[in-house]
Amino acid sequence: MPSLKALRTRINSVRSTRKITQAMKMVAASKLKRAQSQAEQARPYAERMERMLGALAASVAGSPIAPPMLVGTGKDEVHLLVVVSADRGLCGGFNAAVSRFARNRIRALMEQGRTVKILAVGRKGRDYLRREFRKQIVGSIDFVGRKQIGFEDAVEIAGQVTAMLQDRQFDVCTLIYNRFKNVITQVPSEQRLIPASIEGTPAQTADGPRASYEYEPGEEEILAELLPRNLAIQIYRALLESAAGEQGARMTAMDNATRNAGDMIARLTLNYNRQRQANITKELIEIISGAEAI
Amino acid sequence: MAEQTTLEIVSPTRLLLSEKVDLAEIPAAEGYIGVLAGHAPMIVTLQGGLIRVHQGGSVTRELYVGGGFAEIAPDRCTVLADEAIPADELSPETARARIAEAEKAYEEAAGTREGEVMERAMARLVAARAMAAAASRR
Repeated sequence: MPSLKALRTRINSVRSTRKITQAMKMVAASKLKRAQSQAEQARPYAERMERMLGALAASVAGSPIAPPMLVGTGKDEVHLLVVVSADRGLCGGFNAAVSRFARNRIRALMEQGRTVKILAVGRKGRDYLRREFRKQIVGSIDFVGRKQIGFEDAVEIAGQVTAMLQDRQFDVCTLIYNRFKNVITQVPSEQRLIPASIEGTPAQTADGPRASYEYEPGEEEILAELLPRNLAIQIYRALLESAAGEQGARMTAMDNATRNAGDMIARLTLNYNRQRQANITKELIEIISGAEAI
Repeated sequence: MAEQTTLEIVSPTRLLLSEKVDLAEIPAAEGYIGVLAGHAPMIVTLQGGLIRVHQGGSVTRELYVGGGFAEIAPDRCTVLADEAIPADELSPETARARIAEAEKAYEEAAGTREGEVMERAMARLVAARAMAAAASRR
C-alpha cells in the first residue's frame, strides 16, 4: 500500500496533466474552427477550376499535343507518392493512420516491381517512413513553427513535383493524405495527381456542348498554365483537409485524455481517503488497547 | 435594363465576388475584354490588371487581379484569379515593393536569354505596374 504522501503527490501530478490536456483540447477546438473555414473558402476555386479543366481536357483529349501532366508519360514504372501528415504529435492515431496507409501502399507497389519515390510533407510522416524507406524518400517539407498554411506552400510543393515531372523522374504521382470526414473521423485516402484524374470528361466529340469554347491564347498555352495551377490547388486542398483533420484528431484525443485523467483522479482520491480512514482506525485501536492494558 | 451576366471572382483562398452585373471588364492576356450577357463561350488567361464591374452605366467596383484564368459563358463569367484584391485595399507601398522585386527578377531573367523565363518575369512586372497604377489612382 503506498503511503499517504505518495498518493497525494500522485493525485496532484494527474491533476496538472488534466489541466494541460484540457487546455490543449480547447486550443485544438479553436484552431479546428479556423482550419475548417479556411478549407471551406478554398472550395469554390477548386470546384470552378475542375469545371474549366474538364472542358479543356475534353477538347485536347486524345490529341498528340496533350501535355504529360494531363495524360502522364504513358508508362507506369516509377511512382511518386506525396504523403501529407502533421508536424506535431499528440493527436491520437492521426499520423500513424496515414503513415501506415502509405507504408502498405508502398509495399504493394514495390511487390509489383515498381520503383517508388516519396515526397514527405509533414515531420511525423517523414520520421515514420524514414525508418523503413530511407532510400526512397526524395524530399521532405515541413511547416514547423508556422501558424497557418498558405497557398504559396502548396505552390512550392507543386513546383517540386512539376520540376521532377519535367526531368522525367516519375510516371505516376499520387497524393496520400488524411481526408477530413468529420471532427472525429479522418480517413487516410489517396488521390492521383498525374496523370490528372478528371471526372465527368468522357471523350467528347467536336460537336459536344462543351467543345464550343473559344480559347485565347490557344488550348495548349492555357493548359500549360492551368495544369500546374490545378496541381497546386489539389495539393492545397489536401493540406487544408489534413490540417483540419489534425486539429480534429487532437481535440478528440485530448478530450479522451482529459476524461481518463478525471477517472484516475477519482480513483486515487478514493484510495487516499480509504487509506486515511484506515490510519485513523489503526491509531484509535492502538490508543484503546493501550488504555485497556493499564 | 438589359440582361445581366453572373460574375464570379474566386482566388485560391476565398470567393471574392458573386453577383449579377451589366458589364465586366477583364484584363485578358491579349487585351481587355468586356463581357456582357450572351457573350460567346471563351476560356482566356489573364494578365495582371483591374477587373471593372459596371452597373447601370457606371463602374461600381474595381478589383486587382494578378493573373489567372477566366471562363466566359453566355450567362456567367468565372474568374479564377491567382490573387485578387479589391482596389480600395491596395497600398502603394506594396505595389512599389512588388515593382522593385519584379524589375530585379526581370533583369536576372534577361541575363538567361531564355524566352520563356523572360516572358514570365515580364508578366510579373506588368502585373506589379498595374497594381501600382490602381493603387495610386485612388
